[in-house]
Amino acid sequence: MSTDGRLQVAAPGDREIVLSRTFDAPAGLVFDALTTPRLLTRWYGARGWRLVSCAVDLRVGGRWRFVSRGPNGAEMTQSGMYSVVERPARLVCTEVFDDQSYPGETLVTHDLTELSGTTRLISTLLYPSPEARETVLRYPMTRGVGQSYDRLNAVLTRTTHPLEEQP
Amino acid sequence: MGAVIAERLDATFAALADPTRRAIVARLAEGEATVTELAAPFDISQPAISKHLKVLERAGLVTRSREAQRRPCRLQPGPLRDATAWLANYRDYWDESYQQLDALLADLTADGQPTAPPRDDPS
Repeated sequence: MSTDGRLQVAAPGDREIVLSRTFDAPAGLVFDALTTPRLLTRWYGARGWRLVSCAVDLRVGGRWRFVSRGPNGAEMTQSGMYSVVERPARLVCTEVFDDQSYPGETLVTHDLTELSGTTRLISTLLYPSPEARETVLRYPMTRGVGQSYDRLNAVLTRTTHPLEEQP
Repeated sequence: MGAVIAERLDATFAALADPTRRAIVARLAEGEATVTELAAPFDISQPAISKHLKVLERAGLVTRSREAQRRPCRLQPGPLRDATAWLANYRDYWDESYQQLDALLADLTADGQPTAPPRDDPS
C-alpha cells in the first residue's frame, strides 16, 4: 500500500487545529465518506463513540447534524451549516456542539487533493477563541472516554508522585 | 478527579497561546537565559518580557533562580510534556476513527462493491 497512514495533528497559531492524513482511495470517495450518512455511520467516532443519528443536507446553506453515543450511554450532538460544497476538492462548514462550554462556532475546512489514486485530506478547524481550542483538545477525554482518561491520569500521577500506587 | 490536571493544562495552553511566550519557551528549550538575553531578539521592552515570564512562571513552564545575581530563567519540562500528551491523545482519537475510514474505503474500492451491506434504511 502506498499510503502513508500517519495522521499529523498540528495546533498552529492560537485558534487552529490541523489534521492531515492520506487515504488509499480517490478523492470523490473520501468526500462521499465525509458527507454521506450511511457511510459516516460506518467510520465516524472512536473509543466507543459511534454515530446513532446522522442527517446531512449537502448544499450551500444546508445543515448537518450528528448524534453520537459513547461509553456508559453518554450522548453528544454536533451540528452546523455547509458554506462550500465542491466535490471532491473542498468542503467547508460550521460546527457547534449542543452542550459545548465555550461560545461561538468552529469553522471546519476539508481540503482534498488526489494524487495517483490516493487522497490527502487536510482538515482545518478554526475555533472561535483560544479557550475553545484548549477545551476541544481535551474533548476525547471529557466526553466520557473513561479508560484513556484514567490511564493518562494514572500516568501523570505516577510522573508527579513516582512512589505512589502502581496498577 | 483530574480537575487539578485539567486546570494545569488550561494554564499551560493559555500561556502558550501567545506567540512571544512560545518564542521564549523555544529559546529556553536550548538552555537557560537571563531576561536581558530573552528580550534581545524581540522588539519589546524588558518589562514586557518580564510580564510574559510571569505568565509562564504561573503556568509552571518556567522557573527563575533565586540565588544567582543574574537570575536565569529555566524551562520546566513537566507541563509541556503533559500538554503534548493531550495533543497526542487528541491525535490518537482521530487516528482510530480514520483507521475505520481506511477499512470503509478499502471495502468501497474493492471491485467497487461494498463487502458489508449498507445500514438498513428504517423507512
